[in-house]
Amino acid sequence: MWRFILFRLLQAIPVILAVITVTFFLIRMAPGGPFDGEKAVIPEVRAALEAQYQLDKPLLAQYSTYLGDLLQGDLGPSFKYPGRSVNELIAAGLPVTAELGLYALLVAVVIGGLAGVIAALKPNSAQDYLPMSAAMLGICMPSFLLGPLLLLVFGIYLDWLPVSGWGDIPGDKLLPAITLGSTYAAYVARLSRAGMLEVLHQDYIRTARAKGLPEWQVVTRHALRGGMLPVVAFLGPAFAGLLSGSFVVETIFQIPGLGRFYVQAAFNRDYTMILGTTVFLSTLIVLFNLLSDILAAWLNPRLRAQYASR
Amino acid sequence: MQEIATAEIAREPGGRSLWDDAWQRLRRNRLAVFGLVVLTVFISLALLTPWIAPYGYAEQNLDLGASPPSSQHWLGTDIFGRDLLTQILYGGRISLAVGFIATAVALCIGVLWGAIAGYLGGRVDAVMMRLVDILYALPFMIFIVLLMVVFGRNLLLLFLAIGAVEWLTMARIMRAQVQSLRQQEFVEAAVSLGLSPFSIIRRHVIPNALGPVIVYTTLTIPNVMLLEAFLSFLGLGVQPPQSSWGLLISRGAESMEEYPWLLLFPGLALTLTLFSLNFLGDGLRDALDVRGAGD
Repeated sequence: MWRFILFRLLQAIPVILAVITVTFFLIRMAPGGPFDGEKAVIPEVRAALEAQYQLDKPLLAQYSTYLGDLLQGDLGPSFKYPGRSVNELIAAGLPVTAELGLYALLVAVVIGGLAGVIAALKPNSAQDYLPMSAAMLGICMPSFLLGPLLLLVFGIYLDWLPVSGWGDIPGDKLLPAITLGSTYAAYVARLSRAGMLEVLHQDYIRTARAKGLPEWQVVTRHALRGGMLPVVAFLGPAFAGLLSGSFVVETIFQIPGLGRFYVQAAFNRDYTMILGTTVFLSTLIVLFNLLSDILAAWLNPRLRAQYASR
Repeated sequence: MQEIATAEIAREPGGRSLWDDAWQRLRRNRLAVFGLVVLTVFISLALLTPWIAPYGYAEQNLDLGASPPSSQHWLGTDIFGRDLLTQILYGGRISLAVGFIATAVALCIGVLWGAIAGYLGGRVDAVMMRLVDILYALPFMIFIVLLMVVFGRNLLLLFLAIGAVEWLTMARIMRAQVQSLRQQEFVEAAVSLGLSPFSIIRRHVIPNALGPVIVYTTLTIPNVMLLEAFLSFLGLGVQPPQSSWGLLISRGAESMEEYPWLLLFPGLALTLTLFSLNFLGDGLRDALDVRGAGD
């Protein structure tokens, strides 16, 4: 197990390094600098600005400086928000995005998992078709459509929930969480149904039933752990999706999180902000993939044995 | 007796093929047939748009402004008085084109990569698949946003960027197929006949691995279309004056309070297409009896 974790950790390092390098040079290739605003900047001011942000040095020197700063956890200054660093902006946006992502994940796992298990208990009945059709709808209804629709119905027509903001008015976190979580709830429902169906056919379930255990105990104590394995393996990729999904959801509901900062930085050509956020988000995603792999291996004895023998 | 038997063979040369069988099964799946019909209609509409669109693409009627659906404008008009049905038809051309072309890019790279890695095996396979593993771990959504920011938002780049993301799973599926095929006797026979690896891949391996690839392709198209719509919604994908369903949804969302139809109809078009593709993909998976593709 430890060898597996170590092996996967070592594998993650070149990935993260590749992300940093590719992002850094891609951004520098971009046409139009951060100081090409509507107002023309006089050459002296531009030169002073470029000197301040070290844009006048050779590219490789900038790259090595950036790597050095990064090792110390410094993501650099923001071009567009003078006097603020990328670190500060991330520190401001991350808690909001993390909270949103957590709620969305909760929606996905609880609602999706429940729907999947219910469907698997009676395959090919109404109890199966209904949740699975809803899951199909969840997959085909993208968040950027579902969000505005929910807003329109619950925020404007019914006027039950606030239409924007985060933590100002009670209930304003509900719609964003549902919007972001719905697609993943749908995938979780399909995965957990498939997983449960497979597990429920196994011998040990028949043994549990033969012992005379009530059905709910068979499901919760014996089937659930094995049946949820595909869901656990899905959590890593889902996390990456939740982060990029937060770009849209935070834009729709005007939530001051990392996703909205990222999209704004992309529009403003705020080099260091894009670079810093990309590096940060990518590292986070790589680490979460790692975590979900480890969790899946820990839950699945067969997989564990496979790694132990390697 | 002899004659009857010959006649039957003559009528059905080689008996019912795998594909006939699959087609029979697919036809019995109502949802898949529904998907196929909707898709056929939408694709035909997209191809015929310049001739059947009720109004010109750039035609405005500023006096009319935003109007709800009526007999002149079946789906209503936007604030510039442009016919929404026309907009959706033209937008659908782009959305569908992105879906199909980007998937085709992914298909070509993925199938070739997976087939070569799986067939050659050994060290080549290890290197090629390790590269896929590394690329897999990259957060691609973020990279596509980055690419669109850096190189400007042009359509060709969008095809390439999305295609470059989606080929990875295709390569994995293809490799797994080829690996299991490689051990079959008919491939062994072809090797002993002295066929080159390339022609074996082309003649024997690719046709036999087609099932899972078709299923996964069908399920990739909706993902690609979603990705395009996602980018266009953020303003990083298709740019005006060109249009796509994602862009129409984005603009519709801005004014949904006053003019909800501007959000509803493009949304309906996109959702219906995605539904159809997913149903068809699921139907094909059952019909071709493919396990493990997609999901």
